[in-house]
Amino acid sequence: MKLEGKRKIWNEYQKEIADDKYFYVRSCIRQAVFPGSENTYLRIMRDVLKKDVHESAHHTTCTGIGYHTEVVPFETIQTVVARNFALMREAGYENYTPSCVTSFGIYTEVLDTWHHFPEERKRTAEYLKKATQRDFQEPGNMAHTSDIIYKFRHQIAEKSKYKLINKATGLPLKVVDHIGCHYAKMFPAKGIGGAEHPHVLAGLIEAFGGEVIDYPERRHCCGFGFRQYFIKANRGYSIAASKKKFESMEPYQPDLILTNCPGCNFFMDRWQYALAEMEGKTYDTKGNGIPVLAYEELAGLMLGFDPWEMGLQMHQVGIETLMDKIGIPYNLNEKYKGAKGEDLGVPESPRNINFYK
Amino acid sequence: MIDFGFTPFAAGVTDLDKANLSLAKQITEHEPSFNLCISCGSCSATCTAGQFTKFSFRVMCHQIRKGNTTLAIEEASKCMLCGKCTLICPRNVNTRNIIRLVRKAQTTTP
Repeated sequence: MKLEGKRKIWNEYQKEIADDKYFYVRSCIRQAVFPGSENTYLRIMRDVLKKDVHESAHHTTCTGIGYHTEVVPFETIQTVVARNFALMREAGYENYTPSCVTSFGIYTEVLDTWHHFPEERKRTAEYLKKATQRDFQEPGNMAHTSDIIYKFRHQIAEKSKYKLINKATGLPLKVVDHIGCHYAKMFPAKGIGGAEHPHVLAGLIEAFGGEVIDYPERRHCCGFGFRQYFIKANRGYSIAASKKKFESMEPYQPDLILTNCPGCNFFMDRWQYALAEMEGKTYDTKGNGIPVLAYEELAGLMLGFDPWEMGLQMHQVGIETLMDKIGIPYNLNEKYKGAKGEDLGVPESPRNINFYK
Repeated sequence: MIDFGFTPFAAGVTDLDKANLSLAKQITEHEPSFNLCISCGSCSATCTAGQFTKFSFRVMCHQIRKGNTTLAIEEASKCMLCGKCTLICPRNVNTRNIIRLVRKAQTTTP
């Protein structure tokens, strides 16, 4: 194929991403399990890129978890989504940027529903008016926060102190990307690169000088299928899905797993611990596990943010191995200290996976 | 080891490069309609023997294609050869003959 033709086709896989003035909505899971990651995103956007990012204390969950587990009906979720859109317009913004991939899928699904079934939109507007006296309008532009980081990846890379290069060997670090299923598998046109060639994380890895590893189960689910995980009897399916991915990436010995979905980040991280405790196996050669980072955590590390300020101690698999390879300094004495230097307590050590403390 | 109350389920993946597919090959040679099966399950839904045992013709076909010869032979032994599955099959697969060939393989397999 001619390069010109390739470029033309690739253009069809792009999406429009707003340049500034974002309305930011947080993720339920991330605030619970990786509370520093969203703060890191805001630091990058406001302090490094000097962008206007607004968040409302009144915004709520998208109720995606309740929806996917059939607890919350579709009428309810549409009204909740409409309320969050109303808050955005009231604040004077039109570019909606959810932090969660599940939420991104929910918003996309609801917008698509309203497009094809205007009567659903009309009914939702009535429900919203009745319940909150609010009116709403659809966003002018909607992008996941990983899209935003992707858009500014070269600017971030230019300002970065570090690169994804092994300090000892001078070779690029090997990184596997894992993109949340609800990012582009449901509505391919809404993701950069669609469902077949998602580039949202690979582009970031390349910008930081790392090597993207293409492994057989790259597009496989992380294991956080809602119905698999939330019912304990089905959790064997969840951990089996993660195990399949780890076994598939193991021969390539990756230095890092990069994710853009809160659930994937959590499961790729925590299931490594659970598998180590169940089966005594880790998927690296030294018993440390493979570090897992979200896109803004990686960007923050590259920019030289303090790892403990970003909350990287909340990850089950230690990030220290990665920082050692890149040559990022860190102080283990401050790992479990709060913002004011208070002692947060050191967690119990796992038995089968190395733990830095 | 810690008991979390659940363990990873074994993956049902078959490595087709390593699987023994001789039975599938033998059946296809003698009964080419085996390849017409779309696994719709009409055979299993109508199966008389399946009312009384866990026999499923569809599952047996899967075992044959995955190279699980022993399991396939075990399944075939439950069939009563009534032929209802042959009548119902939307693809005109000669199901009775497939059962017969699997049983024949039982006698020829060492």
